[in-house]
Amino acid sequence: MKKIRLLELAHARSGDKGDSSNVGLLANNEAAYEIIQDQVTAERVKRHFGSIVKGKVDCYELPNLLCLNFILHDSLGGGGSESLRNDAQGKTHGQALLLMEIDVPDDFETT
Amino acid sequence: MKEPVLIGNGQGFWGDSIDAPVKLMHDGPIHYVTLDYLAEVTMSIMQRQKQRNPSRGYATDFVHLMKETLSAIVEKDIKVIASAGGVNPEACREAVFEVARELGLTGLKIGIVEGDDILATLPELMQSGAEFNHLENGEPLSLVQDKVLSANVYISSLPIAEALEQGAQVIITGRATDPGLVLAPLVHEFGWRADDWDRLAAGTIAGHILECGAQATGGNFSRWWEVPNYAQIGYPIVEAYSDGTFIVTKHPGTGGMVTIDTVSEQIVYEMGDPKNYISPDVCVDFTTIELEEVGKDRVKVSGIKGMPSTDFYKVSLSYLNGYKASGTLTISGPQAYEKAQKCAEIVWQRLKDAGFTFDDTNSEYLGLNSCHAEINPIPEQVNEVVLRLSARDVNPDKITRFGKEIAPLITNGPPGVTGFAGGRPKPQEIVAYWPALIDKSLVETSVTVEEV
Repeated sequence: MKKIRLLELAHARSGDKGDSSNVGLLANNEAAYEIIQDQVTAERVKRHFGSIVKGKVDCYELPNLLCLNFILHDSLGGGGSESLRNDAQGKTHGQALLLMEIDVPDDFETT
Repeated sequence: MKEPVLIGNGQGFWGDSIDAPVKLMHDGPIHYVTLDYLAEVTMSIMQRQKQRNPSRGYATDFVHLMKETLSAIVEKDIKVIASAGGVNPEACREAVFEVARELGLTGLKIGIVEGDDILATLPELMQSGAEFNHLENGEPLSLVQDKVLSANVYISSLPIAEALEQGAQVIITGRATDPGLVLAPLVHEFGWRADDWDRLAAGTIAGHILECGAQATGGNFSRWWEVPNYAQIGYPIVEAYSDGTFIVTKHPGTGGMVTIDTVSEQIVYEMGDPKNYISPDVCVDFTTIELEEVGKDRVKVSGIKGMPSTDFYKVSLSYLNGYKASGTLTISGPQAYEKAQKCAEIVWQRLKDAGFTFDDTNSEYLGLNSCHAEINPIPEQVNEVVLRLSARDVNPDKITRFGKEIAPLITNGPPGVTGFAGGRPKPQEIVAYWPALIDKSLVETSVTVEEV
């Protein structure tokens, strides 16, 4: 097994809903989708974001888009115009998730 | 009936590219151009403008755009649907009529959709049983009712379609949904019934894909290095068919790209539960969306299933919730991060010594960890860092005092501090957002179409 970052087998976009952000994580292909379904769990995402996410993390599946949609509750310091954060709308949370390291077989080819 | 119907969105939010709508109209064939100008904060700003001047309270950018494009719009018979009316669609129409008269245009029909602005009738509505409890935490509106700045219902696409039926070429709305601006012309052109849930769902997805402008054509795309010619990025267009299928594309020769990956990223933008996306027109199941690349910069979207709409409209209320300010300093040279941390410590200590504490404060180190916290480690040596200090409080005088405590650090703190430009940060109003629901039977929308 070897470790690679999610950005080598998936792409992502994030946005805000009140004081929560969502990150849609989209696998590059079916094989990659199986890997992210297996390893990128809601608990793992919560740990990855550490102090950014004060609440829970929910995960929804969209197999038609090879996508996992994560809702990061209480992750924007109040959200919208109430937040004092530089990224008050979670615009960068997608890029942050792509930094996560995951395990893949040594012969796994990224596309 | 046109088929396919070509709809492009040239404005994802107030502040988006001012050239994009013009290019959509000039760089290739288009039947409808939609323009979204509203956000929650925008509505409160517009209410203030209207209170000061009854002939204001709408998106003035739209009127400037009309000066530039109205002649071409009439000549090419393009229809424009814009949520530019803010809290005063009538005044916005009058301003566009004035433009039409200056340009010597006659016979132009402009429709406005009203009824979304319920600020004035809020007390009556509450007396007749509307509760407006906070949609996320269930709190009653009475907690903030005396601080409410705006209250707008997200209306459905039907009154917009009605304005098209009445022959309007330009339609100005208040708080419509972003996807509804795109769904409306499809309802009008194809005669989709109000309970044809699958087609309404399809039109809603078409609108959702378009609503953030270039975010469907390569903007904000993860693999940004693959995107050609960002500088001349084309804004998205759908070619829509009466069976509910549509193709996402952009004008030939423009920059950016339309692929399954750029479109699917936009589909999941700001998404909650994918099986139940609620709009005033329909509930949509995003897990039914099928994407297929059918050519260069052409993605076919099909298979979309919808479910009956709910009995409620979403209401967007805004209220004044205190004040905030942020100031920045650039700290450079040896031990830049350590010096920045020291600067922050000094500012908060001095304010505390002067007797000032705040409801909330924040110290961020831009360039190191302001967006991603501890996800990536901070390098041992950094050349420079931007310190961003912020404070929030109900008392604006305290925020003003905070704003005076940043510049002194240039001369009375650690060395290598610069970049204090633009004067002391001033208190900004915090316009907080209060989402709620209202029974559809309590809201009456109206459509009027007039000719210049």
